[in-house]
Amino acid sequence: MKIGHKPARRSRRLALGAAVAASALLVAACGGGSGDDGGSNDPGLTEDSIKIGGHFPLTGVAAPGYSEIPVGHKAYYDYVNANGGIDGREIEFIAKDDGYNPAKTSEVVNELVLQDEVFAVVSGLGTPTHQAVTDFLNSEGVPDLFVSSGSTLWDQPEDLPETFGWQPDYESEGKIIGKYIAENMPDAKVGIFGQDDELGEDGARGLRQFIDGQVVAEEKYVSGNTDIGTQIGKLQAAGADVVVGFNVPSYTALSQLTAMALNYKPTWFYSNVGSDATLVGSLLEEFSEGAVKGTSPLTGVYTTSYIPTNTDTEDPWIQMFQKVWDETGDGSPLTNYKIYGMSEAYTFVQAAMAAGDDLSRESIVSVIEEEGADFEGPNLVPYRYSEDRHAGIGGMKVVQLTDDGSVEDKTPLYQTDVGDAPVEEYTGEPSTPPESGIPGE
Amino acid sequence: MATAAPTPPAPKTETKPSVLNRAWDLNLVRNLLICLAVLVVGVIALESTDAFQNTQLTSLAYYAIAAFGLTALTGLNGQISLGHGALMAVGAYTTALFLGAEEPLPFPVIALAAVVVTSLVGVVVGAAAARLHGPYLAGATLALAVALPSLALYFKETLGGDAGLKVSSPQAPDWFVSMIETLSGNLASSTKYVAYIACVALVVSLFFVLNLKRSKVGRHWRAVRDNDVAAEIAGIHLGRTRVQAFVISAAYAGLAGAVMAIAVRLAAPSAFTIVLSLSVLTAVVIGGLGSITGAVIGAAVLVFLPPWVTGFATDSGLSDTQAAEMAPLVYGIVLVLVMLLAPGGLMGTVSNAWRRTRQRRLAKQASSAS
Repeated sequence: MKIGHKPARRSRRLALGAAVAASALLVAACGGGSGDDGGSNDPGLTEDSIKIGGHFPLTGVAAPGYSEIPVGHKAYYDYVNANGGIDGREIEFIAKDDGYNPAKTSEVVNELVLQDEVFAVVSGLGTPTHQAVTDFLNSEGVPDLFVSSGSTLWDQPEDLPETFGWQPDYESEGKIIGKYIAENMPDAKVGIFGQDDELGEDGARGLRQFIDGQVVAEEKYVSGNTDIGTQIGKLQAAGADVVVGFNVPSYTALSQLTAMALNYKPTWFYSNVGSDATLVGSLLEEFSEGAVKGTSPLTGVYTTSYIPTNTDTEDPWIQMFQKVWDETGDGSPLTNYKIYGMSEAYTFVQAAMAAGDDLSRESIVSVIEEEGADFEGPNLVPYRYSEDRHAGIGGMKVVQLTDDGSVEDKTPLYQTDVGDAPVEEYTGEPSTPPESGIPGE
Repeated sequence: MATAAPTPPAPKTETKPSVLNRAWDLNLVRNLLICLAVLVVGVIALESTDAFQNTQLTSLAYYAIAAFGLTALTGLNGQISLGHGALMAVGAYTTALFLGAEEPLPFPVIALAAVVVTSLVGVVVGAAAARLHGPYLAGATLALAVALPSLALYFKETLGGDAGLKVSSPQAPDWFVSMIETLSGNLASSTKYVAYIACVALVVSLFFVLNLKRSKVGRHWRAVRDNDVAAEIAGIHLGRTRVQAFVISAAYAGLAGAVMAIAVRLAAPSAFTIVLSLSVLTAVVIGGLGSITGAVIGAAVLVFLPPWVTGFATDSGLSDTQAAEMAPLVYGIVLVLVMLLAPGGLMGTVSNAWRRTRQRRLAKQASSAS
């Protein structure tokens, strides 16, 4: 192999060039110095605006589905802005792409905090990705609100006082699924199919609290490895007639296809993360190159639900979100990922409104700790926020996907928590959205 | 050049070289001066930019360090590696483990440990690589890039699995804070401290790679690259030279990984995918294979181009997702354009053009003198 000749005489010039070019680059990189902060207000906050941001996989393998979450955020903020904003302040939401790569997350969150000077980071997505920035955000005193991940890592008020979770944690979800199986399928042999990280681990831990004796096999897959024939084969060989999957949507599609190929027909139970019928349906069509169409393969599949979904067209929250989307969306269908983003956005607006006139980084954190448990939103079960808890929604219900793509409730709402907290029925009244669609009005 | 008999007096036409010129001709002195200059520029740059630009310069530094290693390997020795991202992972995880200790050692010691551990991995990989050429070597190193990060999943207890290991960035010592205070009156944040560590690491690597290029070792590498049969006849041990090149290049990747770990504050498998290996390789290709300056330019393109494109796209009214999709697109276009229009890389093309104009000028002078 012959690559670029380097006569010795050129070296000196090159070396000099190196120094000169390096200097030129470094100097070129110097832009304006940091802007003066003027008043005593926190960064990102002016008389008439609040600047917030988040990191999401807008490109790459994790982008399908997840890239729609910031779209939902934006649509809801646009709606709030069109209706007077938060006490007269318009919300500016910046979604940055990290490609689901923690090194990139670190770069873009540096950009959000140090250059864009956001008031808070809202809804940063992913466990390994967000973990890369929690220390930084907390040491800089930036509110780190409503992380889009069900890891229990966000609930550490002592070490991470600025960080708050939002969705139910995977362990609580595992417990609720476990209780359902123990009560309704007591003779089933259960196989666990889990992603080899918090999602699979916490989920399985919760599940085993209820049905440890029923579990005949637990198989894990490594994200990125698309050949899961061995794992599904082992579940089949172990005779599992119920398979609980703690996996992401693409692996729901893969596990369905693999099971079809093996002629294996257990009852499937997917955790909420992996059960979006629309996305899985389109992935199935793509992976099978058109051989499998629509969502029909997911008919009869069990999953869980903690906010209403786009098929609950009678739900007042969905009607409200649909109205918002019709007004500020781009005309595409309202997906569950957009609803998820809007629901988080609603919580943020609610917290900012609750902080009221003295909105600051400090006040929004303390208002969530003090009043967060009473926030009324699309969440079916209340949040668990308090001074010692930064965990989000505290429960869910088990549902089954029907052939017309909608869902059918299989249990009442359950409320629970991590550890040995009991799984209890939640009997509180469902909340209704405010007429205006804006919290507190 | 008149290199013959020293006894007769030097021809009148050549002026006697000054002390300065002679000192300059000593590689070591010259390289030291270059590095000092870069260090000074680095300090000025870090003190005149804001915190965010500091972090960008930190990224530039660790990409450039990795690119130096790959430049040495590919440009000087002619071996190709698609696995340098995995070697950076070794450096990053070593750093994470050492910094996670109850009472962590000083960072320079830890960085050295990262370099040593990565070099050891380099010995193993290099020994296998020395028997392979071209596409086979690319394939083997590609396998390394794919396989090595999943070790973190296998040794979950120690390496933290998919979520990775958190890295507690070293805290700025008091002397550093007061030094920055007197130097520029700026406040020394931990971000700035990390940027300085990156800057020093960059300068140290630059010093070594500059010396390497001009040393006997570097000449052997080039000989092996250009004609391995001739090199072997000349008495150069091919296998040993190739392993040596791979190990030294791995050492660079290890240092880059150590700096990356404290900059990112996390060592996780998803940060060290094949994409990282390819990014470092494209930095080297864009800059110009074998060029040290080119490696720095390539690293700068890697760091500054995507946010610039994204910002530009957002300002022109595209949605966040569309803007984010522009960055890899423009990056790809730049890469293709460089390959088509400047196959020697940006630096190769610039220095070629410079040489041509100089030759033309010299020829003109010669013709007008006669």
